[in-house]
Amino acid sequence: MSFLRYFLLALIVFGSTFGDVYLAKGMNQIGEISPSRWHDLLFAPLNPYVAFGIVLLMIFYLSYLASLSWADLSYIMPATTFGYVLTALLAHFMLGEHVPLTRWIGIIMITAGVGFITGGPSLTVIPTPEGVSPHLEAHP
Amino acid sequence: MRHLGIVATWLIIFLLVGLNSAGDMLTARAMRRVGDFAELRRKAGILGVARAVLTEPWFYLGLLAMGLSFFSLLAALSLIDLSVVIPASASLTFLLNLLGAKFFLKEHVSRRRWISGMLVLGGIVLLRT
Repeated sequence: MSFLRYFLLALIVFGSTFGDVYLAKGMNQIGEISPSRWHDLLFAPLNPYVAFGIVLLMIFYLSYLASLSWADLSYIMPATTFGYVLTALLAHFMLGEHVPLTRWIGIIMITAGVGFITGGPSLTVIPTPEGVSPHLEAHP
Repeated sequence: MRHLGIVATWLIIFLLVGLNSAGDMLTARAMRRVGDFAELRRKAGILGVARAVLTEPWFYLGLLAMGLSFFSLLAALSLIDLSVVIPASASLTFLLNLLGAKFFLKEHVSRRRWISGMLVLGGIVLLRT
C-alpha cells in the first residue's frame, strides 16, 4: 500500500474529527436556533468556525470517495473509527480531561482492531478469466 | 433524556442509523463501479475522475442519503441528548455497515475483518459510555 493511500486514510480521520469539532464550536457561538427562526441556519456558514468546519468536512468527503475507490467499505470503516481514539487522546493530553479506565480499554480495543484490519487485504478480489483485475491489491 | 418517550427516541435513532448506513453503502457501491481513482487519473486525467464520479447514478443516491442523515442528526440532537445519540448511532451504524458490506456490497468479510469489527465495535461502546 502506497504512502498516498495511508495519507488519504489519515485525511479521513483528521477531516471528520476536526470538522465536527469546528462545526460544534461555531454552532455554540451562534447559539440555539428556534424552529421559527430556522432560516438562521442558512447564514450559519458565515461563521468562520462553521466555514472552516465545512472545508474540513469537504476534505473528509473527497478522501472518503477516493479511498472507497480502491478499498472495501468493511476495510475503510474500522480504519476511520480511529478518529474516536484521537478525540479521546486530545481530550486527555490537550484539555486535561480525566479518561476513565473503561475508555482506555476502548482505545486499546479500537487501536488493536484497526491495526489488525489494515494488515489484511483491502479489497475483495473478483477472479476474472484473465486472473484478477490488475488494480486490485490482494496483499498491499 | 428530554421529554421524548423511549419509543420516539429509538425511532429517531433508527431513522438516523438507517440513513447514515444507506449513505455509506450507496457511496461505496458508486465508488466500486467508478473504479480506482489513481488508475482513472492516469488514463483520463483529474477531469476524467470527476466526470466518472458525477455521471454515476449511485453517487447521487448516496449523496441524498448522506444529506438526509445530516439533517436527521441535527433534528436528533435538538430532541435527544448528545450522550445518547452519538454512542447509539455510531455503534449501530458500524454494525449495520458491516452487515451491509457482506450482504449488499457482497464484500468478502473475512474472519480477520469480523474480529477487527467486533474489537472496534466494543471499543466504540466503551469509549462513548
